[in-house]
Amino acid sequence: MRPQDMAFPTYREHGVLYCRGIDPIMPLGLFRGVDQGGWDPIEMKFAMYTIVIGAQTLHATGYAMGIAMDGKVGTEDGEAVIAYFGDGASSQGDVNEAFVWSSVFHAPVVFFCQNNQYAISEPLERQTRVPLYQRAHGFGFPGVRVDGNDVLASYAVTRAALDQARVGQGPTLIEAYTYRMGAHTTSDDPTRYRIASEVEAWQAKDPILRVRRFLEQQGLADQSFFGEVDEQARVEAVKLRERVLELPDPAPVTMFDHVFPNGSPEIDEEREQFTAYLSSFAGEVH
Amino acid sequence: METVTIGKALNLGLRRALEDDPKVILMGEDIGRLGGVFRITDGLQKDFGDDRVIDTPLAESGIVGTAVGLCLRGYRPVLEIQFDGFVYPAYDQIVSQVAKMHYRSRGLPIVIRIPFGGGIGAVEHHSESPEAYFSHTAGLKVVVCANPNDAYWMIQQAIASDDPIIFFEPKRRYWEKGPVDTDAEPYPLHAARVARPGTDATVVAYGPMVRTALDAATAAAEEGRELEVIDLRSISPLDMAPVYESVRKTGRLVVVHEAPSNVGVGAEIAARVTEQCFYSLEAPVLRVCGFNVPYPAARVEEDFLPDLDRVLDAVDRSFGW
Ligand SMILES: Cc1ncc(C[n+]2csc(CCOP(=O)(O)OP(=O)(O)O)c2C)c(N)n1
Repeated sequence: MRPQDMAFPTYREHGVLYCRGIDPIMPLGLFRGVDQGGWDPIEMKFAMYTIVIGAQTLHATGYAMGIAMDGKVGTEDGEAVIAYFGDGASSQGDVNEAFVWSSVFHAPVVFFCQNNQYAISEPLERQTRVPLYQRAHGFGFPGVRVDGNDVLASYAVTRAALDQARVGQGPTLIEAYTYRMGAHTTSDDPTRYRIASEVEAWQAKDPILRVRRFLEQQGLADQSFFGEVDEQARVEAVKLRERVLELPDPAPVTMFDHVFPNGSPEIDEEREQFTAYLSSFAGEVH
Repeated sequence: METVTIGKALNLGLRRALEDDPKVILMGEDIGRLGGVFRITDGLQKDFGDDRVIDTPLAESGIVGTAVGLCLRGYRPVLEIQFDGFVYPAYDQIVSQVAKMHYRSRGLPIVIRIPFGGGIGAVEHHSESPEAYFSHTAGLKVVVCANPNDAYWMIQQAIASDDPIIFFEPKRRYWEKGPVDTDAEPYPLHAARVARPGTDATVVAYGPMVRTALDAATAAAEEGRELEVIDLRSISPLDMAPVYESVRKTGRLVVVHEAPSNVGVGAEIAARVTEQCFYSLEAPVLRVCGFNVPYPAARVEEDFLPDLDRVLDAVDRSFGW
């Protein structure tokens, strides 16, 4: 992505968020339940995390239509958009509508499907009978599959698709073929629906290990470099964990804030009543 | 008499419905091998096969839309929407097709199960109470279970009914235990029930808030006030007779639900009680509801959700009128 490009994430794009310069504590506030994870999507060029599966692909398409309307497409320094989603999301009406719209309006958008082969417990076969990248052809734009565990290939394909979009070549669907190593969430239990040997096979294809081997073999980095990176990652992780645990609980009345740009007298009244109610417990710990 | 959780009671009820009628099929996301994210359908695919307990593609409009066709083909689909906040992609199919089909031609015996409400510390879209949207729609029936016995029976009654029914399940109470009488004659599906008799004020609730109302009644009793708690069970149609009867006795009514108050179920109840029991009322009907803001961050949800203190506060206000 170039600085002028815009990203529309699911709830999984922590890496992209980091590269967009957003403090990684921001989405953790959402998952920790202390706030709505609200960065400014326009300033950061990174839209809000989207938990309702597939909805963001239409937002990305609309943003891309706006780029075209503004005449910011068709040149080497044009703008482009990338929308991320999962293999499960490919079944949603919204995603298929996004394909239609982006195609019809020739919108500068790249659809990046992170095919990790599971939608919670459901394997890919529940969503599709053809490789997902092939769907693009029916909608009228190119689709490409890339080894999602090959960092450099994923980079090259994404960059090429974004550059095509920015010079006015329209949308591309990228299917990054990978595997969800862990559980879907902390309350998920993958042992109910997949076998250990499958996970082990994919462990051997760890993309980080692969890029490391590549750099070593090419003599592009040495042990001291990797040592530094590992240490930096460790320190960052420790720091982040500490910061998450230190996130203060919001004051209850803040739930009434930020509902409308223009506010609302009804909500103001509710806030007042609730504040009075809370103070009726004065002296007690509430 | 068995003592089981609400979740297990639903599982047993679904199992029995699958046994009783070969045309009953279950569809939803992750309901098969995983047994659903809340394990409500645990073991059912194993025992009834993957053509009767169906893991669907990740598409809610598809789940409800294909169920319409399956009904026309003689099946009785029971659908699981994984969380309340994910029913909206199916909203068009529910409101424009399912609700209106009988008015145009013939009915659709569809049950749409929705785990609803907050209090589980979840991220956004996992804690909503959308019952008013469906209750507002003519042609849909809307019921809510609040205890294991009702969970067991109401799900079977809903499946056996030829009406399209939105079946709300109180997800934060899935793990609460209670007796289930698998032999008893079940209570009618669309009837409200007195969950605790009392004489001083009436508290009407449904789903997850019945427990809250009962706890409030226990606390009030310690202070010498006897609250009558009514579990609505059916939101559409509303069974108001027990509510009127209670209000005529107590003169005071507090309605409790998690959904925001604006244009909600509580407003409807207040209007009807005002129309029917005006001269019995000692105080205006009061509502204890979620606030009129989007469902807030989990760390403040306990302040958003009605709790024992807020119910008692409303009772106090009613008495102080
Ligand atoms: C509209 C909607 N339905 C259901 C869910 C519940 N849900 C959350 S994640 C998920 C699976 C998503 O699978 P996929 O699109 O493959 O993305 P992944 O998490 O595997 O990256 C489901 C069903 C949801 N968030 N939104």
